[in-house]
Amino acid sequence: MTSLSAAEAASATAPAMPAPAAASSYLDEGFNLWSWLTTKDHKRIAILYAVSITAFFFLGGAAATLIRLELATPQGDIVSAETYNKIFTAHGVIMVWFFLIPSIPATLGNFLLPLMIGARDLAFPRLNLLSWYLYVAGALFTVGMLIAGGVDTGWTFYTPFSTMFSSTYVVYALAGVFVVGFSSILTGLNFIVTTHRLRTAGLTWFRLPLFVWAIYATSLILVLATPVLAMTLVLLALERLFGIGIFDPALGGDPLLFQHLFWFYSHPAVYIMVLPAMGVASEVITCFARKPVFGYRMMAYAIVAIASIGFLVWGHHMFVSGQSMYAGMTFSLLSYLVAIPSAIKVFNWTATLYKGSITFDAPMLYLLGFVGLFMVGGMTGLFLASLAADVHLTDTYFVVAHFHYIMVGGSVMAYLGGIHYWWPKVTGRLYPESWARFAAILIFAGFNMTFFPQYLLGVAGMPRRYHQYAPEFQLLNVLSSAGAAILALGYLLPLVYLSWSLMRGKRAPPNPWNAAGLEWQTASPPPPHNFDSPPAPPRKPYDYDPTRPEALPGSAAAAQT
Amino acid sequence: MNILLPPTSAASAFAGKVDALLWTMTAVTGFVAVSIITLMVLFSVRYRRAATVDRRIGPATIGVGNHWLEITWICVPLAIFVAFYVWGARLYFDYENPPLAPLEIDIVAKQWMWKLEQPNGRREINELHVPRGRPVKLVLSSQDVIHSFYVPAFRVKRDVVPGRFAILWFTPTVTGRYHLFCAEYCGTNHSEMGGDIVVMEPQAYSRWLEHGAVQPTLAQRGAALYRQLGCSGCHTPGSAIHAPDLDNLYGRTVPLSNGSFVKVDEQYVRDSIVQPSRDVAAGYRDEMPSFAGRVSEEDLLELVAYIKSMAPAQAPEGAGSP
Amino acid sequence: MNATSATVRRNTDEEVGLWVFLATEVLFFSVLLFGYVVTRIHHPQAFALASKHTDIVLGSVNTAVLLTSSLTIALSSVSLEMGRRRAALWLLPATLVLGATFLALKFLEYAHDIHEQLVPLPWLHFSLSGPDVAGERLFFYMYFVMTGAHAVHLIVGLALVAAMIVKVARNENPDHSCGAVELTGLYWHLVDIVWIFLYPMLYLISRT
Repeated sequence: MTSLSAAEAASATAPAMPAPAAASSYLDEGFNLWSWLTTKDHKRIAILYAVSITAFFFLGGAAATLIRLELATPQGDIVSAETYNKIFTAHGVIMVWFFLIPSIPATLGNFLLPLMIGARDLAFPRLNLLSWYLYVAGALFTVGMLIAGGVDTGWTFYTPFSTMFSSTYVVYALAGVFVVGFSSILTGLNFIVTTHRLRTAGLTWFRLPLFVWAIYATSLILVLATPVLAMTLVLLALERLFGIGIFDPALGGDPLLFQHLFWFYSHPAVYIMVLPAMGVASEVITCFARKPVFGYRMMAYAIVAIASIGFLVWGHHMFVSGQSMYAGMTFSLLSYLVAIPSAIKVFNWTATLYKGSITFDAPMLYLLGFVGLFMVGGMTGLFLASLAADVHLTDTYFVVAHFHYIMVGGSVMAYLGGIHYWWPKVTGRLYPESWARFAAILIFAGFNMTFFPQYLLGVAGMPRRYHQYAPEFQLLNVLSSAGAAILALGYLLPLVYLSWSLMRGKRAPPNPWNAAGLEWQTASPPPPHNFDSPPAPPRKPYDYDPTRPEALPGSAAAAQT
Repeated sequence: MNILLPPTSAASAFAGKVDALLWTMTAVTGFVAVSIITLMVLFSVRYRRAATVDRRIGPATIGVGNHWLEITWICVPLAIFVAFYVWGARLYFDYENPPLAPLEIDIVAKQWMWKLEQPNGRREINELHVPRGRPVKLVLSSQDVIHSFYVPAFRVKRDVVPGRFAILWFTPTVTGRYHLFCAEYCGTNHSEMGGDIVVMEPQAYSRWLEHGAVQPTLAQRGAALYRQLGCSGCHTPGSAIHAPDLDNLYGRTVPLSNGSFVKVDEQYVRDSIVQPSRDVAAGYRDEMPSFAGRVSEEDLLELVAYIKSMAPAQAPEGAGSP
Repeated sequence: MNATSATVRRNTDEEVGLWVFLATEVLFFSVLLFGYVVTRIHHPQAFALASKHTDIVLGSVNTAVLLTSSLTIALSSVSLEMGRRRAALWLLPATLVLGATFLALKFLEYAHDIHEQLVPLPWLHFSLSGPDVAGERLFFYMYFVMTGAHAVHLIVGLALVAAMIVKVARNENPDHSCGAVELTGLYWHLVDIVWIFLYPMLYLISRT
């Protein structure tokens, strides 16, 4: 019997509780829109983010649908070339900046960070609300511009095309992304100060859940990398507006300078997108295997190593750009090195399963899928890190498949798994388990069918950002588009059943999973101030005992004394 | 390859070596991936909740941490990764260094076509004829935005960045017709900016070369420009302005006024024309005017070809060679 | 400092936050420094020639003014820590005046630059000539962008100092004011340090 169905059984047979006297949840603190739009509660702000991010995810997904529809045939027959270029630009801009970068940190991170460390709220609650407003304002503005006229430079804005040749709304898009960047920076700042200063008494660094480590490391990247993007976008805008600048060779500038500055941010950005997912994996896998994570310290060090070395590899996006051969060799070696801590994490998650007591609830299905798909995506990164192989594979669908395996097969699956795992805590409801498992499996299947053929397309030489392609690539493209249809259906399902559960789902107990972590030591959903009394930090993190899977973590010690 | 995969057989010397690397990486990463997934499935089945199996974690079992295991699975991947790195880097080093005396083709990329010129002046648009078995060196420049010259069958690719020359070389080994793609997004018709590389037997190539419309070679047009722009006014012995003699200069290593040395290659000649202040030759004043804005990319290719022809020992073979 | 533990704690949260923020500012400006360095490598002589047209007198006076303002704000912070409010109440306005002086001199310098036609906008005449005019235009482009970004940050700093003057004058929460002035001082020092990089890069390199 799974722990969730045990919880369902418990709440079904429990006697009707008398109406609690003063125990109200954060959801009861005001029901009108104003109370939500002026909240300083990190939990409500997390939900504000979740709703906006979901909207942008489906918008970016609509763009992806159009792309896959167009690519089902070799000719460009559904949209014009110009429109296609605007669509893939919109897909990239929306998915990277308005979905992936905020996703886990701004939703799960915002909700859970204070809870996991036993705090009342973040260090700067009003700054947190400001972050959300900056995000919504910038994102809405950019999307408005993308729809009103569109941008056709690709999300990478390479010069001199973006500064001198494109006739689209480039400067507006740059302005919108610039504003959203400040949302990222302020959120990261908030999380760093919170993690340093607001941990409850006794909660030392090496007792923290790995999710906190992951969010902390992500926040370091957010605050150090995003400012570089911000200033680079400013320089790009100035050059486009005023016809003078350092990126256009016709003016004496250097296009590669732009590329270096852009990728100095954008490579660490991908670690912003994957580290939080890794944090979720450690929470979910340990809970559903009922076992402490294998090699906790190594996992924490690996997170920090990924964040640090991740700042040193940006040149691997530029191996064929004309940068010096010796720069290429340096970046290639460092890119291999950054793969080591990621590999460690995959091995450790696998070893966590060993001698566990495993159930396959939806969150576990999502996160097991995460480990496998992240691993495949990471391994194809090894191909791209090799200078000679990258010459052939860069700018082809191999790269597209590589980053989608990590960002979609990895981060999005982990995000969905995390949403399901913490759904009872956030909403106070249980989601329907069978539907959730079905959706997880559908998404896994649809994902692989969409993106695995793209590896083969890349090896065969199909370049990316192509509106039309050589006919011999059609079979693989059709497979990919068919997979995308399945994937789209898979993504729509949670929208339906999670909304249903908000209204009709069974009420959730404080800890339906018998999980470790301070967030489970308060009601579901939590009261506005999080904890009625300061929670006791665990003896050690993930204090599960696989020989007693139904027991609460940490109770093994009590049982033995 | 099976029917699912479009034909991708290697058609250049380099391609064969890249494929060896790719297959090896596939085998190794595939093996590890299959192993990990197998382990995950095995553990998921064996240690599922319903299974009654010994789950005690004692000091003898792997449990929740095992230093030796962790050190092993750091060191083994590290060794494998370093091996991949070295293999790829060495191959790349060869890729970046063209052999001597290749056949030289000059190419201008522009939105949205490739304009190619054979050594004897014969021009092609979006199509390149080359002989089998001989190294071919491309000198590429862009008239507008960044493009990228990509021939999947040869496993070669190089971004063509405006404002500088790009060099790409390959040795075709199999006759046939191969895709040429632009691989760096360059605007509206990026996906249409392609064509073919046609590899012919050497005799067929020579016949083809002679039968096409021939114009003055690049070098000949460069000579005309050289006079027209007034270069010979300063760069002749006996001129009032003391300017370096360009005879027999190409390919040599020369000292600069800042104390360093530079090899006189395509990029240096190009820089000297558009940015003469950048690397001034030792013993000369910084007084050459810049021709930036007065010469197009094609003009620059012609001038470079002419200056190359002034150093016949260093220059690659020109037109008409078998 | 006589402070309740709650006040100290909140100030220290904000202190950590400010240090993180200063780190973001360093990264923000480093883009300009890196862009300047790379462009200079591409156009060494042009940058050297063009930088001779910066106003070394105004630039050097401004450097002295800004450094002094860092001194006055540091002293004001120390004074408040020692409980000497009256000292802070002339040191903070002195900082404000010095900062405003910097801005005034900077705008004067900009006026000169405009008059001497050193603004590299395409529709304006650019008075410099030489073998590499593009490079000289780029020098002045970076000059205006770098000093402009610095000036924007300085204006924000002035607003903060003004707010501090009001806060200290009102004296409603002395312990909190003490911390706030210290944090403002840290931000001010960053603005100063950025200038310490800008000054030699823009004014001194070709004048050795």
